[in-house]
Amino acid sequence: MSDERVLQTINLGKRYGKRWAVSDLHLEVRRGEVFGFLGPNGAGKSTTIRMVLSLVKPTSGEVMLFGKPLRTHRDEVLARVGGLVESADFYTYLSARRNLEIVGVLRGGWTKQQIDDVLELVGLTHRADDRVKTYSHGMKQRLGIAQALLGSPEFIVLDEPTTGLDPQGIKEVRQLIKQLSAEKSITIFLSSHLLSEIEQTATSMAIINRGRLVVQGKVHDLLDGGSSLVKIEAVPSEKALALICEFPGIERVDFNGHTIDVRMPASAVAALNEKLVLAGIHVQALVPKRSLEEYFLSITEGASEID
Amino acid sequence: MILRYELLKTYRKWRTYIGFLAILVVVPIVEIALKLEGGGVLRRMTRAIAQDFLLVGNLFNAYFVTHFIMNSLWVHVPFLITLVAGDQLAGEATAGTLRLLLTRPISRSRILFIKYITTLFYVCSLVGFLAALALGVGTFLFGTGDLLVPGREFTVLPQAEMPSRMALAFSLATLSMWCVASLAFLFSSLVENAIGPIIGTMAVIIVFLIVSNIPVELFESLKPYLFTTYFTVWQKAFEQPIPWETIIEHAGILAAFCVGFYAVTWYIFVRKDILS
Repeated sequence: MSDERVLQTINLGKRYGKRWAVSDLHLEVRRGEVFGFLGPNGAGKSTTIRMVLSLVKPTSGEVMLFGKPLRTHRDEVLARVGGLVESADFYTYLSARRNLEIVGVLRGGWTKQQIDDVLELVGLTHRADDRVKTYSHGMKQRLGIAQALLGSPEFIVLDEPTTGLDPQGIKEVRQLIKQLSAEKSITIFLSSHLLSEIEQTATSMAIINRGRLVVQGKVHDLLDGGSSLVKIEAVPSEKALALICEFPGIERVDFNGHTIDVRMPASAVAALNEKLVLAGIHVQALVPKRSLEEYFLSITEGASEID
Repeated sequence: MILRYELLKTYRKWRTYIGFLAILVVVPIVEIALKLEGGGVLRRMTRAIAQDFLLVGNLFNAYFVTHFIMNSLWVHVPFLITLVAGDQLAGEATAGTLRLLLTRPISRSRILFIKYITTLFYVCSLVGFLAALALGVGTFLFGTGDLLVPGREFTVLPQAEMPSRMALAFSLATLSMWCVASLAFLFSSLVENAIGPIIGTMAVIIVFLIVSNIPVELFESLKPYLFTTYFTVWQKAFEQPIPWETIIEHAGILAAFCVGFYAVTWYIFVRKDILS
């Protein structure tokens, strides 16, 4: 059942006043995937996630979860989904355990064992009975993931789960996502405005910009396939240039007297480097820029700051 | 089960106890002041009739001071109600926890209903607390006796009838406060900050009370349509004989306002895009 579509959005759109926050969105998330939903701030990621979790009503189109329309089967399908929308907010005057009990009861019941399990999974067991008020941002974020995991959902939706975390926290959350996918075979939908994050954690991805889908596919195909622009600085440069021009699969070479810009298949970059080094050339810099990355950087730079 | 957690959320909040605390301070102060004054209030009220009638027994008692407190505090209690009722939905929006509730396999209608019940429960507990404190401290300071009801005509109600009449009065008072709570709850569904609903509800009540009290013909004709007009229905519990027909009519109108406010809240809340 690996091609079962856990989430599908059909022609999904949301209009606020005159502005379409999301339009014509077709997404497909298959069972077992870690799906990265990438876009600059304000691209419509949060709006999409809010529509998937029934917080916002679509203006057009349909959200399908496990093959059933969310509109008509809301309670049935949401029972199989866990979510964390934007920052992890809780009843800060209550303990983490109490907060999880509240979420548990809304899911139709909880056991102490279930709560202990998710607390352990995110490493909060020792602070479970402290008020959430006393938690650091990273701990709240982990509790946010814990509440999404309560009740063993098959599919979890995490909205920018690493935002505002320190490098150690980011590493831990990414590790946790991989672990959940590998060990618990949970399908994960994760949004981010960082390409590197999606690259490191996701298996499939979609890029959204100004509310519209730009591209969707396997991370491997999108990022490592296709051509890259590689900037090379090597000494002696003339000799390097000659070798590069001979190299199979090279699409274009530009030399400005200092750096050599090469357009070539991304998969062959390492082999080219090896050839240059073996020929006794000092490679001072070799910076591949994949076309998708270039594209993503270009839209991120121009995007608004408001999400 | 879910109701248990809603109650826990409400009663673990510091805000919930502001009302109780205010009552805990004000009621004993008023009663002690009355005690120190030694029945001056009663003497002023009965000055007109004291020459013609012989007032016997302990009229300056727990029932009298409770009736006195109800009369003077009835404009202020709504404020204490709105503090919690206005926070029920807006407070969750501010805290961001509305997302925690509304992404679950439970309908918005059910969550709204449970929150409404929690709000009504709070009103009952607050009015119940006021009743228990006023009567309790009153009995301790003044003892019990017949109730003299001041007004255009003086009525003296026998002590034996007091427990049931007091229960009726406080039940009707609770109903009118449910109405306040329902309006604050409605406003609470519209915004993402509790201050708006609190001020909004108080503004409506104040404007309505002003309109009710200004003897202009236009305002007079509006009066039956203002829910505040029926807030004094509890006073009917102390008329002789009890005007059951009027009580049922007024209570029915108050209940209809509650249902109406709730229906509007429901209509808004189940359609609302949650952007907080």
